[in-house]
Amino acid sequence: MTAGVQTRREQASAIINDPKFRGLVYQALLLVAVVALFWWLGNNAATNLARQNKATGFSFLNSAAGFEIGFTLLPYDRASSYMQVFLVGITNTLLVAVIGIAIATVLGFVMGVARLSKNFLIRTGATIYIEVVRNTPLLLQLFFWYFLSLNALPSVRQSIVFGDFVLNQRGFSFPMPILDDSFVWVAVIGVLALLAGFFWRRFALRRSEESGNRYPVWLPVMGIFIVPTAVAFVLSGTEVTFDAPALQGFNYRGGFTAPPELTALMMGLVIYTAAFIAEIVRAGIQSVSYGQTEAAAALGIKEGDRLRLVIIPQAMRVIVPPLTSQYLNLTKNSSLGAAIGFPELVSVFAGTALNQSGRAVEIIGMTMLVYLVISLVTSVFMNWYNARVALVQR
Amino acid sequence: MSDLLFVRDHIQPPLPAPHRTSGVVLWLRTNLFSSVPSTIVTILAVLFLYWIIPPLYGFLIGDAVFSDPEGLRGEACRFEGVGACWVMIQGRWNTIIYGFFPNSELWRINLMFVIAIVLLVPMLVPKAPFGRTAALLFFLVFPVVAFILMSGGILGLRQVPTAQWGGLTLTLIISVIGITVSMPLGIFLALGRQSKLPIIKGFCVGFIEVWRAVPLITVLFMASVMFPLFTPQGVTPDTLLRAIIGIVLFESAYMAEVVRGGLQAIPRGQFEASSALGLSKVKTMVFVVLPQALKHVIPGIVNTFIALFKDTSLVTIIGLFELLNTVRSAARDVNWSSPTSDITGYVFAGFMFWIFCFGMSRYSIYMEGRLHTGHKR
Repeated sequence: MTAGVQTRREQASAIINDPKFRGLVYQALLLVAVVALFWWLGNNAATNLARQNKATGFSFLNSAAGFEIGFTLLPYDRASSYMQVFLVGITNTLLVAVIGIAIATVLGFVMGVARLSKNFLIRTGATIYIEVVRNTPLLLQLFFWYFLSLNALPSVRQSIVFGDFVLNQRGFSFPMPILDDSFVWVAVIGVLALLAGFFWRRFALRRSEESGNRYPVWLPVMGIFIVPTAVAFVLSGTEVTFDAPALQGFNYRGGFTAPPELTALMMGLVIYTAAFIAEIVRAGIQSVSYGQTEAAAALGIKEGDRLRLVIIPQAMRVIVPPLTSQYLNLTKNSSLGAAIGFPELVSVFAGTALNQSGRAVEIIGMTMLVYLVISLVTSVFMNWYNARVALVQR
Repeated sequence: MSDLLFVRDHIQPPLPAPHRTSGVVLWLRTNLFSSVPSTIVTILAVLFLYWIIPPLYGFLIGDAVFSDPEGLRGEACRFEGVGACWVMIQGRWNTIIYGFFPNSELWRINLMFVIAIVLLVPMLVPKAPFGRTAALLFFLVFPVVAFILMSGGILGLRQVPTAQWGGLTLTLIISVIGITVSMPLGIFLALGRQSKLPIIKGFCVGFIEVWRAVPLITVLFMASVMFPLFTPQGVTPDTLLRAIIGIVLFESAYMAEVVRGGLQAIPRGQFEASSALGLSKVKTMVFVVLPQALKHVIPGIVNTFIALFKDTSLVTIIGLFELLNTVRSAARDVNWSSPTSDITGYVFAGFMFWIFCFGMSRYSIYMEGRLHTGHKR
C-alpha cells in the first residue's frame, strides 16, 4: 500500500531530475527573459520617441540630405537623398577595404618572411616594426599619420612632383586614364583571353599529372592573354589619354586626388594590419615542419617547386583562416576613418546623417547590418575554403 | 671472407680544430654577410639606419625641450627646428595621469593604485604567497573600494562626477572593468554555444556573431545614441557607464570565441571520466573542463585583453577623456601648443600604451611556459 505513494514520489523527483524537462525549463526561462527584455526596451523606446515627438520609419531615406561629402565615388550633391548618403558611405568603406587589403597583404607577407630572415638587421627591423605597431592603438596611429599628412607634407606651391604624381598637403594626385568607347572591345577580348588562358592552365596541369612530363604553364598563359588583347587594342584604334593633375591657380586640378584623410587612413590601416598579417605568415611558415623540405628534396623536386608545390600549399592552410579574419578586421577598422574625418559609412551615415535626421535606431541598425552582411559573406567564403583545403584523412 | 673485415691498426690523426665556433667575426659572417644578397641587404639596411637615426635622435633627444626654467610653457617650444616638446608632458602630467580629478583629492587615485598593485603582485607572481586571497580581494572587494575612492560621496569623501575622471586612470578603469566583466560573460556564452539546447545555443551564437561582425565604433555610437532611448523615462545612464556597457558586450563576444577554442580542445574522455567519478555537470565544468580549457587559451585571452586595452582609446570618439584624448587636448591647449606638441603627445601616448600591451604579451609568454604542465617536445 505504500508502494503507490513511493512511486508517485519517485515520479515527482524524476521529472525534476529529467534532463529533457530541465532543458525545456531552462530554454523557456531564457526565451521569456529575452522577450521580456526586448519588449521592455521597445516599450521604453516607443514612449521616449513619442515624448520627443520623433517620427520613426525608413521614410527619411528619400528626403534630401542637404550636406556635402568631401570625397565621393558616386555622383552626389546636397540635394541627394539619405539613401544616396548610405550608398556613398558603403562605396567609400569598400574602397578603403579593397585597396587596404591588397597593400596590407603584400606588406604583411614581406614582413612575415623578413622576420624569419637569416640577416640580423632585417630580422630585428621586422621584429621591432611588428612589436611597436601591434602594441599601440590603431586610433593613435591614425591621428599620427593624419597629423603628418597635414603638417609634414609641403604646401601646394612646394608640392613634391614626380612626373605626373603630385604630393602635397591637399592630398595625393595622380593621372587617370580616359578611355574612349572602343575600349569596351579590348576589355571583352581581354576577359575572353584570360578565360582561355585559365583553361590552358587546367589542361596543362592535368596533362602533366597524367603523363608525368612538365607542361609549361605561365609563359603560354601570358601569351594567350597578351597577344589577342594587344591585337584588339591596335585594331580597334582605342586611344588612351591621361588626365594629369596640373597646377591651376592655387590648387592642382585634374587627375584623381586622394584627400589627406584617405591617405592617412590607408597608411594607418595598412601598416597596422600588415603587422598582424606578418605574424600570421610567420606562424604559417613555421608550422610546416622541416621534414617536408627534406622529403621534397629527397624526391628530387627543384628548389623553387619545393616552395611553390610543397611548403606554400601547406602553410596556406594555416595562414588563410586568420588572414581572412584580419581582412574583416581591416574592413571594420576602416570605420575609424570617422575619427579623422574620412567620409566612410560610420562617419557620414551613423555620424552626420544621424545627427541631422535623428533616426538613431534605423540608422544604427542599417549600419550594423552592412557590416553584418560583409562578415557573413566572408564567413561563407571561409567555410568554402576550409572545406576545399581540409586534410583528406585516409 | 676475412679480407672483407677491416681492422684499424693505427690511430687516425685528429682533425684540425674548427676555425671558429663563436666570436664577433663568425657572428657577422652568419648573420650579416652570409651570402651576396644578404650582404647587399645589410648594406641597404645600414644606409637606411644612417638615414633615419640622426633625425629621430634629433627629434626625441637632441633638439627636444626637456626643461622650462623660465616658466614659458608652450613658448619654450615655439622656435624653428624644435624637437619633441617634453615640457608639455611634464606641465600637463597630472591631467594626463589623473584626468580632471580635483587636485586635493588625487591621494584617492594614488591610494587606489597602491591597493591595486599590492593585490596584483601576489596574483601575478607565481610563487608569491596569498595568491588566491589576493585574487578574491581584487575581483570582489577591490571594485567596491575603488568605486568609493573614485566617485566619493560617502564616508566624508567629496563627490567626484565621472565627467572629471580621465587620463591614464580612466583608461585603466575601463580596461580593468572590461576585462573582469567580459571574462565570465564570455565563459557563459562559450558554454551556451556548446549547449545541446537549441534555443540557448541559438541565442549565444546570434549574440556572439552579431557583436563580432560590427566595428566597436558603431557599438559605441549605439551606446551613446540609443541607450538613452532604451532606458525608462527620467533615467539617463552616465556616458562612461554607456561606453563600458558597449565595450563589455563587444569584448565578451570575442572572449567567448577564445574560450570556445579551449573547450573544443578538451577530449570527450575528460567528460566521461568525471561523470564516471560521479561529478555533476556543474562540477565537471568548474573542476575538470574549464581549468584545462582556460589554460589552453591563455595566449588568446591575453590577446583579447591587449585588444581591449587598445580599444579603450576609441571612447575618445564619444567624448570621454581617456589617455589618448587627454594627451591630444593637452597638445591643443593654447598655453602648450607648439609646432611639435601634437607629435610629442602621440609619441608619449603611444609609448604608454606600448608599455602596458608589450608587458602583457611578455607576461603571457612567461605564464604559458610555466603552466605548460604537459610534456614538451
